[in-house]
Formats: sequence, C-alpha cells, structure tokens
Amino acid sequence: MTVIYERSKGLSDAQTHYCPGCTHGMIHKLVAESMQELDIIGKTIGVASVGCSAFAYDYFACDMQAAAHGRAPAVATGIKRVHPKSYVFTYQGDGDLAAIGLGEIISAAMRGESITVIFINNAVYGMTGGQMAPTTLVGQRATTAPAGRNAEGYPIKMCEIMAQLEGCIYAERVCCIDVASHARAKRAVKKAFSLQAENRGLSFVEVLSTCSTNWRKTVLESMQWLKTTMTQTFPLGVYKDV
Amino acid sequence: MAKELWKGNEAIAEAAIRAGCRHYFGYPITPQSEIPEYMARRMPEVGGVFVQSESEVAAINMVYGAAGAGARAMTTSSSPGISLMQEGMSYLAGAELPCVIVNVMRGGPGLGTILAAQGDYFQATRGGGHGDYRNIVLAPVNIQEAVQMTQEAFDLADLYRIPVMILLDGMIGQMMEAIEWPELEKRELPSKEWATTGNEGRTNRRIINSLYIDAPSCARHNERLAKKHAQIESREVRYVGRGVEGAEVVFVAYGTPARIAQAATERLAQQGVRAGVFRPQTLWPFPYAALQATLWQESVKAVVCFELSHGQMLDDVKIALEGRKCLEFVGSSGGEVLEFTALVDCALSALARV
Repeated sequence: MTVIYERSKGLSDAQTHYCPGCTHGMIHKLVAESMQELDIIGKTIGVASVGCSAFAYDYFACDMQAAAHGRAPAVATGIKRVHPKSYVFTYQGDGDLAAIGLGEIISAAMRGESITVIFINNAVYGMTGGQMAPTTLVGQRATTAPAGRNAEGYPIKMCEIMAQLEGCIYAERVCCIDVASHARAKRAVKKAFSLQAENRGLSFVEVLSTCSTNWRKTVLESMQWLKTTMTQTFPLGVYKDV
Repeated sequence: MAKELWKGNEAIAEAAIRAGCRHYFGYPITPQSEIPEYMARRMPEVGGVFVQSESEVAAINMVYGAAGAGARAMTTSSSPGISLMQEGMSYLAGAELPCVIVNVMRGGPGLGTILAAQGDYFQATRGGGHGDYRNIVLAPVNIQEAVQMTQEAFDLADLYRIPVMILLDGMIGQMMEAIEWPELEKRELPSKEWATTGNEGRTNRRIINSLYIDAPSCARHNERLAKKHAQIESREVRYVGRGVEGAEVVFVAYGTPARIAQAATERLAQQGVRAGVFRPQTLWPFPYAALQATLWQESVKAVVCFELSHGQMLDDVKIALEGRKCLEFVGSSGGEVLEFTALVDCALSALARV
C-alpha cells in the first residue's frame, strides 16, 4: 500500500481543542512539517504561551515548555542559552505577544536571540471570549469594544516593528486560508526555522488567522474577511530578510 | 586555608559559579548590582552565560527556561525587583524547577530606600506569588555563611526540584569580610530526567508545565507539592542557638540583626544578665520546634524579636511561643539600623516588668 498522506511526525497523537474554522491546527501542521522536513524534531524545544494555544505543549512531538503569559521569548532565551545548538521556537498569539509580552519580544529581538517566533494574529482575544486585542482593527467589534474599536487606539503592526530591529533577521507576514497562501506560509515557517542554524538572530513569522467563534462569522465569511479586510491593515509579505 | 577579603555581593556571585552555576540572568538594581557586574566579567572566563535582561520579569522567566532545560540557573535582585519576579516564582514552583534567587533586601514599600532592610520576610516565606506553594528561604548572617548557603542552595534546589531563595539584607551584600572558600561537599543528586534537552535519542517527550486544567489533576499535583513541602519541613530546618541554654533573655533575629543582638548579649552579660541569640538559618522551613524548646525553658523570662522591619518574622515567633512568655519587639525599617543599646534597654525593661 502506498502512503499518500500521513500525519506529520512533528505532531503528537493528541487531538487539538481548537474551534471549527480556526487556523491554529493548520499552523501547528506547518510547524510540525517544517521540523520534520528539516529533520530537527529531536533537536527542537518549543515554548507554548497563554491564550488559545496554551495547550500547544501537548500537540507538538518535540520537547516543550509552557511559559507564563507574554514571557515566551524570555523563556526561549533561557533555553537557547543552555542549548545553543538546539532549535527553539515560541508559539504566541496577539494578546500574548503584542500586549502583555511586548517587552519580551522586542528585547529578545534587540538581543538578537537566535530563536524562531511564530506569531498568530487573529485580531481578538480568543480563549477569554472575544475581547479587544492590540491587533483589533479600527471599527472591529469586540466584547470590550462593543461599538467597535474606535477611540481605543490603532492596531499594532508587529512585522513592521520587528523589521526595524537589527537583531531580527527575518520577518514575514503570511496567512493560510487557501492552497496558495498555505504553501507560502509553509515556506516562511520552514525558512524561519532553518535560519537558526546560522545563529544570526531572531526569525519572526506572523500568521494572520481566523476566529469564526469570536468574529461571529461563518468559517467562509471569516476566510473572506481575513482576505479582503484584515490584509488591508496587515499587508502580507516579507518585511525583512537579511 | 588562607582567608580572602570579599564583598558580600561578589562573594555570592563567585560562590554560585563554584557551585556549578553557568547561567545567570539579571537586571541592575541597588544594592545588588555588583552581582550582575561580577557575573558579566566572570561567566565568560568559565564558559558560562551572562544575560542582562530587560526587566526582572524577563530575568526570572529566563531562569525558568534555563532551569527547565536542565541548567543550574540563577537570578538576583533587590526588593522592588523581587516583587516583579513573583509571577515567575509561582510558575517555577508550579513547574517544579530548581533554581536560586537572591534577594539583597532594601527598604520599602514602593521604591523605598537603597539601604538595608528586612521588609520582604512575608513575601519570601508566605509565597509572594499566587497559588498554594512554598519555596526554601535561606538567611545568611555574614559573608562566610552567604557563600556556604549559595553553594548549598543549588543542591537543595536540585534535590527537591524547588526554587530556593537566599534572603539577605543590603548590609551583608555591601560589606566586606574575610572568608575562606569551603571545599564543596559532593552530594548525590537526582538526575534531571525531566529537563527539555531535545528528544533526540529518546522516545518520550519532556514537558515543563504548571497548567493542570481539570480540577482532579490540579488537586493531585498540589497534593504532591504539599507532600514535598512536608518532607522539606521535616528534613531541612536549620538554626543556630548561641548562649540560649539557661538564658533569661533570648533574642530572636536573622541576618545582620542577629549580629547586633549578639553584641547586646555581651553588654547584658557585663550587667549580670544571661542572654542568648536564637537565629533561624532557614526562614522556610521555619524552626518552630527548636525555637519553642528554647523559649519554653524555665530560665527564659523575656523574648525579644529584632528585625529590620516593623514585625514580620515576629508572627512566626508568636506561633512558636504560643503566648507562654513575655514577648517584646524591636524593629526599624526604611534603611535605619538600630544599635545594640536599643536591645539592651528593651531587655532590661522587660526583665524589670516580669
């Protein structure tokens, strides 16, 4: 019998808890496949964060540490400084990375830590039930911005910020809502991991993601909204590659 | 062995390196900045890692990552910085990660003062972070003991998979004293079969975590922690009683105040009063039984608790004493260090009343 498709060896056997229509599962798969194809599962230590992906430590087949909210880049720094030849990645959402953990991500990049950061941006706090995120679009409704985000500032654009930091050597914003974007996202994730072998600095991949549950949209509407509306605020592309 | 003159903070840093610490993460704050400065110089010489973190919040989380990866990791700070580390302390306790945290205490609350104080006793011994946890707290009285305790702290941390705090007042961090470098005792320690090293060559995954989402598993985890804490309480209590046998007055103090209390006992002896000093070396686990046995001696007429605070360890002394003797308190905080005469006066007036 010919195997035409199988679960990536970079994933554990655990079933994920993600909502239907969420692309966390897809992004886990990209990370897992990248680790497998680079043959680094056994050399990788991942750092899970707090938010919807809090259980990510259960889903990847590599060694994992679970960090406090926002602190994943500091935890990853500690790990990488102990095992400099290992591959260390953080997997963080927008609340974790762009709000409470802003200091840790900027400073890890400032130091040029040779880690990979997978940043999931769905413009909302998912796990806690749809509150406003630092990445919430202007006018977008959230449970803590019931009339839409208007007077509460503007969405923070992490790829653009990271690209300014010398210690960040690669920053790309991708999404994975169709075959083409999925392939592009996979290339970005794989490249971000492979750069760790060069030990030159931090690699950053921002993945725009859907949250049908808290966006109060169907899965298809969510994909469409991401593609047409979200990418206007968060344009896809390579922001840095040095 | 020849004696060498060392500054407290630098001696602690060197002691950590001699204990095998090769990963130090810290942020500058007075009166402990000599520790990160020493580490920045010394770690490269021994192939170790020094990282100046962006905050104490980050420093303690770097310790979490490094300790979870199997290293002997350390951070140091002073009171306001230690407050920022409390979240991380809770996670370290929950994930059962061995590490050493040094608090060179200054005066508070808030920004307080940079001078010596002991206002962080509650925070250190009651679990300054959230949740139902404990961590070992060692309290050195001088630089020699600070050195020994630093080395011991790493072993205790590894033995019990628990964060160990060394709690000293700024006086001990800043002063210089002649010390000897003790031979390191080799202790049998459990191997770190839980550390995340990359799972190449093994079949299991290792996960460092403090999340137990369903109630029964969190309850079981906490029960296991409680058992460990009970084990530590039964095995690791340390204290020194000096001149306490048959004493009329017993001073209870830790750190620098214990030295001042010692001077008070000498003055009292000149006046025909037998006084001694009971000094807890472990603040958690606290030496309740030994202190009680000391204070309940028939000879003891007055007990004087002395701290560089307005009464924190005092609560533990009360627990041990159970109201059986006359208890006085002498304290000051905010960087002022009282002279031994205040203790002599307090003891004499207490004796006059009983």
